[in-house]
Amino acid sequence: MGMTMSQKILASHAGLEKVEAGQLIEANLDLVLGNDITSPVAINVMKGMKKQTVFDKDKIALVMDHFVPNKDIKSAENCKCCRSFACENSISHFYDVGKMGIEHALLPEQGLVTAGDLVIGADSHTCTYGALGAFSTGVGSTDMAAGMVTGKAWFKVPKAIRFELKGKTGKWVSGKDVILNIIGKIGVDGALYESMEFTGEGAGSLSMDDRFTICNMAIEAGGKNGIFPVDEKTKQYMEIHGSRPARIFEADPDAEYERVITLDLSEIRPTVAFPHLPENAKEIGTFGKIEIDQAVIGSCTNGRISDLRTAAEVMKGKKVNTHVRCIVIPATQSIYLQALQEGLIETFVEAGAVVSTPTCGPCLGGYMGVLAAGEKCISTTNRNFVGRMGHVDSEVYLSDPAVAAASAVSGYITSPEEMGL
Amino acid sequence: MKARGHVFKYGENVDTDVIIPARYLNATTGEELARHCMEDIDADFVKRVKPGDIIVARKNFGCGSSREHAPLAIKSAGVSCVIADTFARIFYRNAINIGLPIVECPEAAEAIAMGDEAEVDFDTGIITDLTTGKNFRGQPFPEFMQKIICAGGLVPYVNSEKM
Repeated sequence: MGMTMSQKILASHAGLEKVEAGQLIEANLDLVLGNDITSPVAINVMKGMKKQTVFDKDKIALVMDHFVPNKDIKSAENCKCCRSFACENSISHFYDVGKMGIEHALLPEQGLVTAGDLVIGADSHTCTYGALGAFSTGVGSTDMAAGMVTGKAWFKVPKAIRFELKGKTGKWVSGKDVILNIIGKIGVDGALYESMEFTGEGAGSLSMDDRFTICNMAIEAGGKNGIFPVDEKTKQYMEIHGSRPARIFEADPDAEYERVITLDLSEIRPTVAFPHLPENAKEIGTFGKIEIDQAVIGSCTNGRISDLRTAAEVMKGKKVNTHVRCIVIPATQSIYLQALQEGLIETFVEAGAVVSTPTCGPCLGGYMGVLAAGEKCISTTNRNFVGRMGHVDSEVYLSDPAVAAASAVSGYITSPEEMGL
Repeated sequence: MKARGHVFKYGENVDTDVIIPARYLNATTGEELARHCMEDIDADFVKRVKPGDIIVARKNFGCGSSREHAPLAIKSAGVSCVIADTFARIFYRNAINIGLPIVECPEAAEAIAMGDEAEVDFDTGIITDLTTGKNFRGQPFPEFMQKIICAGGLVPYVNSEKM
């Protein structure tokens, strides 16, 4: 029996010819990631280790993105801790205010992740880099600490679900709708402990930004990682972003999958995940009028340039509804600059939206858009758990950027199509 | 080694945002995190929990964020063991790495009720509901994970230079 794409990457990093699902391995890491929430815990854990030096100063990325520019004194202390650690250990990839972006948009953009890599990150959405044909997965701070010291991590080799994608997405439908649709089908633990491998001509038709969005939310189905095969689009992306030389792995033709799910992309409609789980997916047009108080367009899921272009296309020449606060967050400084040069920021400001510096802030109810009791928010982020964006009695509805922008203008959840666009 | 205590029972998909809300994530000590443990799902938990108590929940416990603050808050609140049908994978890793005992056992997770007194024998994997007298067999850890647990977590394991 052959190996899946994920299994092949794991085998090569463990120095093994072959691995099987369920096998426990120790593998060499290409990159260890942490942010301003999880790194201070890891740095503290490292103090209890015999060896206190990092395995490779060039293979660690520390990104200050959750609560920066610092929202309070504790957050400032946490960033200070990371800054001192980065300085003492000469960490090459330390991203502070002014250079930083939301980690999962930033790392591929900076060329820090390449096809064939094995990456762990102390952030659950580390699974995003599967879009580049890498195996990447989220871990906790103790794993991050051990990774920084040893350059290794333990893994249980996962089984896989193969998603055979056919066709092309329609106008106003994007990767977010694809992944919400999938999570709606299989549930928030539908891929528990497993790889989600996306294949077929439909996979090839998706843009890199769509693929990042899809892999980003693999964790919301309980998945260990999400991954796309490497094609011309991947290679072009890596060339533009100056990534390190790639190693391309392909699944064996006789690889074993726990199940195969076929999906026709042309049938997917704009989809909204209702409170309080990403699996509560409903297509636009299948529910009644839901008025909103806030719209958030951004995050590691949907804060990339194509997301901002889509939102701007919907909002161009229109005004945000007077009852709605609309917050737009470009995911990185370079996306921000590009949006500025393309006139997208002007469109947002003229429409009455606010545009923030890159931050994870509102997605996890940190700051920059915290909700009060009873408030409803349409958001392009990835989680709608109880209290996720603020008060325990607030509600989050997850959508793609087109729906979020259309809803911001209309004051209730709707799509550009329903607006007549 | 055994755990024994009163049970706090919860449903499916208990996520890390309700275990420890993000508004407290800039705290880094277990003691501080424990003061807000389970706050958004059970505001009384912190007032009622006693050292040794056990959390029992249904499938996919600990889903969501990778925040190690979640198992740390539970452990620091005095909880001796979490029993669930299944655990989300990052929570599972984190619990092992920081030494919070967890057991997968759908039968026990279904049968044991809020307020029951329960006992978990980690050597045999037997879970006993002392209130009803019923016994259940939990899923044993793979050998490799037992080594990490026996070492006392990932840090002592790494220190023993096995990794």
